[in-house]
Amino acid sequence: MSTSSISLDSRPAVGRGFRLQWEAAQNAYVLLYPEGMIKLNTSAGEIMKRCNGEATIAEITQDLERAFATNGLAGDVIAFVTMAHGKHWLAVPT
Amino acid sequence: MSAAVTPSVASAAPQTPSSPHATASTAIPSAMPKVQPGPPLWLLLELTYRCPLHCVFCYNPTDFMRTGPELETAEWLRVLREARAQGSVQLGLSGGEPLTREDLVPIVAEAHRLGFYINLITSGVGLTEPRIRALKEAGLDHIQLSFQDSTRQMNDFLSSTRTFDLKSKVAALIKQYDYPMVLNVVLHRLNIDHVEAILEMAQRMGADYVELANTQFYGWAWQNREQLMPSRAQIERAEEATRRFRERLDRPMRIFFVVPDYYERRPKACMNGLGSIFLTITPDGTALPCHAARMLPGLEFPNVKNASIAEIWFESSGFNHFRGEAWMKEPCRSCPERGRDFGGCRCQAYLLTGDAANADPVCDLSPHHHLVTEVVARANRPPSPADGPIGAVPSTSTLIEKPLIFRSPANSAALHP
Repeated sequence: MSTSSISLDSRPAVGRGFRLQWEAAQNAYVLLYPEGMIKLNTSAGEIMKRCNGEATIAEITQDLERAFATNGLAGDVIAFVTMAHGKHWLAVPT
Repeated sequence: MSAAVTPSVASAAPQTPSSPHATASTAIPSAMPKVQPGPPLWLLLELTYRCPLHCVFCYNPTDFMRTGPELETAEWLRVLREARAQGSVQLGLSGGEPLTREDLVPIVAEAHRLGFYINLITSGVGLTEPRIRALKEAGLDHIQLSFQDSTRQMNDFLSSTRTFDLKSKVAALIKQYDYPMVLNVVLHRLNIDHVEAILEMAQRMGADYVELANTQFYGWAWQNREQLMPSRAQIERAEEATRRFRERLDRPMRIFFVVPDYYERRPKACMNGLGSIFLTITPDGTALPCHAARMLPGLEFPNVKNASIAEIWFESSGFNHFRGEAWMKEPCRSCPERGRDFGGCRCQAYLLTGDAANADPVCDLSPHHHLVTEVVARANRPPSPADGPIGAVPSTSTLIEKPLIFRSPANSAALHP
């Protein structure tokens, strides 16, 4: 469970026991788990919906930078994935 | 029936400002007390009040025998569709024992099709292998299994059944079918000294979450309040045992320890404020802003048989009455913390003070706080020899003076002749 293992080559996926879902009524992605819900803000939702276990963090970052016409997001993505991994929202196979 | 389902809606950091909690506004003109709420995110269907268990701490209303006939399958499915359209997403299927409903699988299947996250809240009685497989195929997401204690003797005493071995088998089935498992144990004076053994049991069973929720005093638990109230020393020992257990835990198992609010100095933010995120439908179709709210006098609660979920949530007086702050009295009305705890629990205010608009007397700013501290003082008086050892099954002799009242149809009828 070492968070230092997360790199641009990591392929994060939504953690076991969590379900990611778009909720129109809340205009947000939410993470659902037993008897609870986490409402994600826009950037967290945009990152998590790309975490399919196949895309690397480098690919996720490129996709986000293309979608939002910006660059230099790698640090933010790694920081979020590290935080989400610590909370088990994301699984990051090593 | 297990402990109250606590609606838990956290928001991920970094936070967006549009939290569903933020329904309490300070800008409401007093002539127009209606507050526009967010969606009813949490839908709890109490499918039935029938239950094979007879737990002394059950929060179901003691007059459940007076309830009208249970809704039919088609009516529950309509409730699911309408609530989902209004934004409900977390679904609790509860009771009573929801497994006594023969249409549980089609209800789960429709809820899954609609996109709910589906929690089954059960005693485990009736959860056979074919049933658990059918529920999995229908899309059930999670099972919360209640235990009354870590020992067969105490579990079976507190529920007035012989169900401990059966529950243990159901726990194994839940793992076998790869559901996340929440083990729920309602704590009180008679079992709180067993917290360490309860946690070890949970670990052996492979639970993902353990809820050690001290009894909240509504319904049957209110009737048995004196016998169920733990002492301060018991709570401190239990918290310490939980802390030690967390330290030596070698796999992810989240433990929630909910202290009894009678020992707090500020009230719980009950339901995040009535009518803010939580919607309960009782077996006969009555819609409530919390599972205990039917006791509140002077409020009319609509029924899904003659009102839509949108009308119930947005228009009905029963759901609007305690929204916002216009209903508050002092000391809540001018309290800087009113936006955090919403004055606490309306049902507890009513049960203890006779007025649901008073501050929850758990708050030490409430002029009625002594009503709570008096109960706590009685729970902490030096034990008399007649009490027997704390945590032991009470002997018949100590029960003669004030017997525990088990939840049963006969006792319901006796309490409400």
